[in-house]
Amino acid sequence: MKIVLSNQSEMPIYEQIKIQLEEQILNGEIPENTVLPSIRKMAAELSVSVITTTRAYRELEEDGFITTVPGKGCIVLPPDNQILRERYLQRMEQGFTQAAEAAKKLQMPLAEAQDIFRTLWEA
Amino acid sequence: MEKDRRYAEDVPVLEVRDLTKQYKGFLLDKVSFTLPKGYIMGYVGPNGAGKSTTLGLITETRRADGGEVFLDGAKYSENRILYKEKIGYVSSVSYFPPMMTVKDAAVLLKQFYPTFSKEKFYHYIKAWDLPVKKKFMKFSTGMMVKLMFAAALSRETRLLILDEATNGLDVLFREEILNLLQRYIEDGEHSVLFATHIIEDLEQIADYIVMVEGGRVLLQDTKEALTESFILVKGEDKLLKDSAVSKYLLGVKRSAFGFTALIRSDNAALLPAGTVMEKPAVSQIMSHLMKSADRLEIA
Repeated sequence: MKIVLSNQSEMPIYEQIKIQLEEQILNGEIPENTVLPSIRKMAAELSVSVITTTRAYRELEEDGFITTVPGKGCIVLPPDNQILRERYLQRMEQGFTQAAEAAKKLQMPLAEAQDIFRTLWEA
Repeated sequence: MEKDRRYAEDVPVLEVRDLTKQYKGFLLDKVSFTLPKGYIMGYVGPNGAGKSTTLGLITETRRADGGEVFLDGAKYSENRILYKEKIGYVSSVSYFPPMMTVKDAAVLLKQFYPTFSKEKFYHYIKAWDLPVKKKFMKFSTGMMVKLMFAAALSRETRLLILDEATNGLDVLFREEILNLLQRYIEDGEHSVLFATHIIEDLEQIADYIVMVEGGRVLLQDTKEALTESFILVKGEDKLLKDSAVSKYLLGVKRSAFGFTALIRSDNAALLPAGTVMEKPAVSQIMSHLMKSADRLEIA
């Protein structure tokens, strides 16, 4: 499990924690049934406030990534592949949007852009 | 019985109600706040805001003219020894006699506080390399603060009160202290009240912020809610001439090249496209609002 926080980021700290845990749960780096450190332990480890980690855990629970089992702590649920797929689709869309904008500025025909994509794909 | 226990869980570690103290030329005016179990509260404001006065009233080293303080739900008058036992106090000014040594201090602390643990005390003394036989008058500021932390952490306290305690310390020890504070509250039963005018130290770890100025509470909330309720605006002077916008700008600071100000997040939609907006730090909120207290409507 790794979490890297940036104070320079515009993204709130709780969201940075949430997204990084989400990613690692989705790609299997944090496997199902893992017991996460307690909210208070996590706050001390990351040098952030308890309220910050409480919020990150609460949102992870609301989105179905973890569940709280009394006496055991916060347990990682099996990852939802649909969420993973959507997340990567979103990333593709972002990349393609930028590529399309750049290609249009260059007045590049679609076929040429597709060639570039094919070359990258096969690289 | 079951009901009593549940009630006890909801009792905050510290509750301050309408605390008032009048000095010549200064009034601490009905200060109220609540610090729940297991959290760190930053009590922040400029020099002379009334921070130390408030702490003195909480620790009962000064007498209030009005208001009440509850520690674990009980007043000082109900059980004075228990009340004092539950508070650990660390400041930048030593309360130990200058002719004493660490050894003498251990004896003194044992006499004053039934829960004082010599083992824990010497654990910190050793960890922080404090000389055992040197007189305190020859201690540096940093050494004195370490000594006071050692004294406070070696008892069964519930509330740690820090009065500008980290001011004279080097970066490494300050980081160590912040980590100690987090370990202190980790079990959810202990709390920290951290008074300072240097907010950077506790910006990251504070759960609650109470901002005071001129003896009054200006703002109080969780740190998250506080930093989310304002946006830092940077722009050109011409924006200040737009009265539809400028009346919502708080604590405007001008420079030769433009201005910075705060705006409530609810009003941010009024800003024209291209205005630079940033999430403010607590210290930035303080430095802008302290000069515009009259224009701030406190809910």
